[in-house]
Amino acid sequence: MTDSAPSGDVAGTPLLDLTGVSKGFPGVQALDDVSLELRRGEVLALVGENGAGKSTLMKLLAGIYTPDAGVFRLNGEEITIEGPKHAQELGISIIHQEFNLMPDLTVAQNIYIGREQRAAGFFLDERSLNRRARKLFEGLGLALDPTERVENLTVAKQQMVEIAKALSFEAKVLIMDEPTAALNDAEVDVLFELIGRFRRPETGVVYISHRMEELTRISDRITVLRDGRNVGTRVTAETDQREVISLMVGREISGEQRPAARPIDGAPVLSVEHLSTRSLLRDVGFEVHAGEILGFAGLMGAGRTEVARAIVGADPRESGEIRMHGKAVSIGNPAEASRHGIGYLSEDRKHLGVLLERSVRENIVLSALRDYTSALGFVNDARIEATGRDYIERLRIKTPSSAQLVQNLSGGNQQKVVIAKWLAKDCDVLIFDEPTRGIDVGAKEEIYALLKGLAEQGKAIIMISSELPEVLRLSDRIAVMAEGRLTAILDNADATQENLMDYATRFSSEGTIA
Amino acid sequence: MTSPTVTPPTSDRSPSTTAFAAIDKGTPRFARLRGSLQQLLAFASLILIVVVFSIASPHFFTANNLVSILTAATVTGVLALGTTFVIITGGIDLSIGTGMVLCGVMAGVFLTYLGWPLWAGVAATILFGGLIGLINGVNISVLGIPPFIATLGMMLIAAGLSLVISGTKPIYFNETPEFQSIMNLSIIPGIRFPMGVAIFIVMIVVAAVLLSKTILGRYTFSIGSNEAATALSGVNVRRWKIVIYTLAGLFVGLAGVLSASRLSSAQPTGGMGLELEAIAAVVIGGTSLQGGKGSIVGTVIGALIMAVLTNGLRIISVPQEWQSVAVGIVILVAVYLDMLRRRRA
Ligand SMILES: Nc1ncnc2c1ncn2[C@@H]1O[C@H](COP(=O)(O)OP(=O)(O)OP(=O)(O)O)[C@@H](O)[C@H]1O
Ligand SMILES: [Mg+2]
Repeated sequence: MTDSAPSGDVAGTPLLDLTGVSKGFPGVQALDDVSLELRRGEVLALVGENGAGKSTLMKLLAGIYTPDAGVFRLNGEEITIEGPKHAQELGISIIHQEFNLMPDLTVAQNIYIGREQRAAGFFLDERSLNRRARKLFEGLGLALDPTERVENLTVAKQQMVEIAKALSFEAKVLIMDEPTAALNDAEVDVLFELIGRFRRPETGVVYISHRMEELTRISDRITVLRDGRNVGTRVTAETDQREVISLMVGREISGEQRPAARPIDGAPVLSVEHLSTRSLLRDVGFEVHAGEILGFAGLMGAGRTEVARAIVGADPRESGEIRMHGKAVSIGNPAEASRHGIGYLSEDRKHLGVLLERSVRENIVLSALRDYTSALGFVNDARIEATGRDYIERLRIKTPSSAQLVQNLSGGNQQKVVIAKWLAKDCDVLIFDEPTRGIDVGAKEEIYALLKGLAEQGKAIIMISSELPEVLRLSDRIAVMAEGRLTAILDNADATQENLMDYATRFSSEGTIA
Repeated sequence: MTSPTVTPPTSDRSPSTTAFAAIDKGTPRFARLRGSLQQLLAFASLILIVVVFSIASPHFFTANNLVSILTAATVTGVLALGTTFVIITGGIDLSIGTGMVLCGVMAGVFLTYLGWPLWAGVAATILFGGLIGLINGVNISVLGIPPFIATLGMMLIAAGLSLVISGTKPIYFNETPEFQSIMNLSIIPGIRFPMGVAIFIVMIVVAAVLLSKTILGRYTFSIGSNEAATALSGVNVRRWKIVIYTLAGLFVGLAGVLSASRLSSAQPTGGMGLELEAIAAVVIGGTSLQGGKGSIVGTVIGALIMAVLTNGLRIISVPQEWQSVAVGIVILVAVYLDMLRRRRA
């Protein structure tokens, strides 16, 4: 009907218009009568706490779920989205919160999966597929090799493949569900540039993120979801972070400032000397004391995760000595590390953090299962249930029960389950790798408080984070890495975003973000 | 229609591009060579085994014996070709052994009981194999039965049906004596080079092209690599899985024709265990049971390694009991080496 309408009218109708959308899962009303409008040419930020229903709403648009109720209009015309393919045909393109790539296929094959270039119906034309991908990357200004297998790419590059894939469609509506969760600042700049280019009078972007400072940079309006309802929309220029956050959590949050310098006394709990690995690390050495939070800053690929993995024996060490309480220990695998009292919380939640198909409580007690097992090997389910409930409450994990499967939790809540798992296991040293990735502001504060509480209890904590403000806020001391080497260890008082960035780019050769 | 939507001025070489260039470091460039390295390794092992047997016995490396190795590899090899597709999707097909026997019996039914002409009987047999695969595919993809269970059920059904249909007796191809020449006819004057081996070689080429050059092969890898993501990309995963199991079934049908032709009769018993031999060939060839990785060349080498071992051990008079032990050890070593290689890379 709108096809024949005069252009003035078309410009007036929103690009995408949702009315009264509801969606429930067993035990959860994920969306409750949500209405939302995406205007032409705008970037609409969608924010809300973990489990607010953001991803669910976007999955309805992508044709992955079908709504229980609600009307969808695209350019004023009512639509029913029948499936992922149909969504693509309608011009709705989505970057999912979790990676959705085929690691064994090449970059070009991933991007055009389902839309292959064919020579004669059944046969593939690989060369023109690669040519097409190369042209796409040139247009986007991305340095990606179409013929590289995706499993060989860094996380950041994989994210760029996802983005390139979404942009390769003749899309009118582009949905991005936390696209920056795995990106550092320079990479976020690239992404924003791409969004800027995509945005035209006839297109629109829905942008989901937990990083508040990004919203001001990229969005025109901000819509806030809370507990599956739309609790308000603000024009970005006319609001501030405080207002948005209080809409999100329904209360004020006091982000407290840097830690007061605390005296670190006594002997180190964990000391690492001359740690090297075949692939990356060169002569890394540091100490962590009881009651201390040691932050690890650096660019993606600088080797922070590798340090953690080498310490707990997840990757082989080439050389290096690890001492716990002054005594040399030999750690060949994560189980031995955990026996020596070192816990590692991986950054790759989906693959290394949780058992998606098991319940929340099982995941929580997984590392500490021995403590819940009788001498005869029987597992004490009642105590597991109690512990599960305890942590669900303490970390405010949003789940209908402790028996819920982790795969049904929102991304942020899955992350909380991983943290709970390591809290349940009583370790002397805890290594947190990107502990707040994909976690909403409210929950972030809780996790900060948790980390601090753990330090005050006398635990030694290593925290790896790509968000400098977070590192600065929590750490007593900050270790900076660049290209597999430790370039500095600073007291918090001496550290600033600027000098951290400076140390993080120390060893880099030409071509780095200067 | 699917051209890139974003076409900015090309002069715009943004500084951020270089940022990504920097991050590129640490990507293993040699990784691409890995796939071919594995095949090289398997191939080298095959050569090594051949050399060892050639030294051990003068009767091993003769034209006649090499042909009989190929002949022995043919039936398992054809089964393994189809199974390679299934295993790359991350699935498994346990019904190929008894399914093949059932297809042989059906060939007897079509040609001897019903008196169909040779070409029709053969075509019907191959299609019957396809039907078995189709049912497997539907059970797995539509009903959601896990591949292991779905094809285990089919394995038992096929074993039983073979006995029921044949009345537990072999069926001879009295009406169509030419039937036995499908496998056995010598097509190269001078040496005894059976047509079955030629058919095997043609099927290798067909399977290799299907896997690497067609949309079917692409989706086979894609599903095995990440089924959920493939579905989200708008690929009809259910339908393609049915297609892939059906394809494996067609290979089973062909294997049924070849094995019945070889024996000049349809034997209603046996077949159990053959599926494991085929799977072993696939796995020795470097195809991962986790899915996403594999190749036809690898499978062929795997099938040859198994056939050479069995043949060579017999020639140097190793008792039959020990042959099975040797094959078992080879499987363990091959898969262990493969994992070592993956871990190091
Ligand atoms: N498939 C499912 N089955 C059951 N419950 C689900 C399912 N998917 C989502 N939920 C529940 O619906 C609610 C909304 O989840 P959703 O993933 O939309 O949250 P979100 O706003 O994207 O959160 P996050 O910021 O953590 O990604 C959560 O309580 C979640 O546990
Ligand atoms: Mg989400």
